[in-house]
Amino acid sequence: MIALLIRDLRLAVRAGGGFGLGLSFFLIVVVLVPFGVGPESGLLSTIAPGILWLGALLACLLSLDRILALDWEDGSLDLLATAPLPMEAIVSIKSLAHWITTGLPLVLAAPVLGLLLNLPDAGYGPLVLSLLIGTPALSVIGTFGAALTVGLKRGGLLLSLLVLPLYVPTLIFGAEMARRSIEGMDATPPLLMLAGITCGTIALLPFASAAVLRVNLR
Amino acid sequence: MELNVSDLSVSRGGIAVLEGLSFSILEGEALVLRGPNGSGKTTLLRTIAGLQPPLRGTIGLEREAMAYAGHSDGIKSVLTVRENLQFWADVFETGAIDPALQAFDLSALENRPAGGLSAGQKRRLGLARMVVSGRPVWVLDEPTVSLDLASVAMFAEAVRAHLAAGGLALLATHIDLGLSEARMLDVTPFKAIPPEIDDFDGDFL
Repeated sequence: MIALLIRDLRLAVRAGGGFGLGLSFFLIVVVLVPFGVGPESGLLSTIAPGILWLGALLACLLSLDRILALDWEDGSLDLLATAPLPMEAIVSIKSLAHWITTGLPLVLAAPVLGLLLNLPDAGYGPLVLSLLIGTPALSVIGTFGAALTVGLKRGGLLLSLLVLPLYVPTLIFGAEMARRSIEGMDATPPLLMLAGITCGTIALLPFASAAVLRVNLR
Repeated sequence: MELNVSDLSVSRGGIAVLEGLSFSILEGEALVLRGPNGSGKTTLLRTIAGLQPPLRGTIGLEREAMAYAGHSDGIKSVLTVRENLQFWADVFETGAIDPALQAFDLSALENRPAGGLSAGQKRRLGLARMVVSGRPVWVLDEPTVSLDLASVAMFAEAVRAHLAAGGLALLATHIDLGLSEARMLDVTPFKAIPPEIDDFDGDFL
């Protein structure tokens, strides 16, 4: 399992691996929003948590079809399925690798980009915390979507349509948590909901992903 | 160790392609499957390798005994030859890869990115994976595609070494591998007869 994780991380950082793809998309979205909205700093602070969460979500979505499609194309997925690893472990490791290469950089970049959106001081900690808790759910749900569409050529559109509705709760509670802390309200309820979604998806979705992958490999 | 397949029916896309197939392979034996394109050799091999369930019948061994090599080699072009093979050795927990590299004459290429290899060299790397898998039954689908004559001989040698070590091999191929001791099995007679479509509605009359 460690070998698979190391291989996936290595593939991601080498040429054409798409390591910087999500991060640079996030950067572009967040840098462009102030130009579109205008320089009114009050307005920017109001929308900052939402924009940062939305940017992170879309950046994550952008890299989903790489999770399994590349391994499907070159036949590694067939070979992995016949290897001694259980399919559930394979999809969990793939989600983890996706989170490390996409989710984690977004979490680390968010405070820097928050500066560009005039994020109020009280918002930095909760925003980073909410992204840290929420992005693993995005990777796990995304792996499920990728498993559903793995045999399809150019399945990117279908993948986005399938996954976006499943991302909505994470987005709502994640952005809500940052917004509430900025306004001085109690942020515990959205935090707990967000953590619950993440734990639930990590516990259950790998089984679903493995099941659909087995069917897709037939 | 012995692979017994009895009364096996396999399907592709829900439609039976081969029916009533029975054979057994003993320790140290190789069985070569023959048959025209589309006769179901690949489907049969994928079923035996455990990638899809059989329609009917039994396969005597667990899927954990099989090492499967399909049409694509599963090679990552940005990793080097050594990294590619080491990954599979780690997954199968077998350790050393140097004997496999030597068996397929890849030692000189081990630090090259696999993307720079020729088609035949890639194929050799794909077959070297069978050696590092350390599994007793090799299930090979058209293993000699894009191999030159010398490489085919190299491959036959590797299969022989595997058989001599008590392994089994099941191959689908069209060319002569020089494995004179291997038995042949033509799958054509086992072709499934498509059920006659009976959508005539008697109540209509």
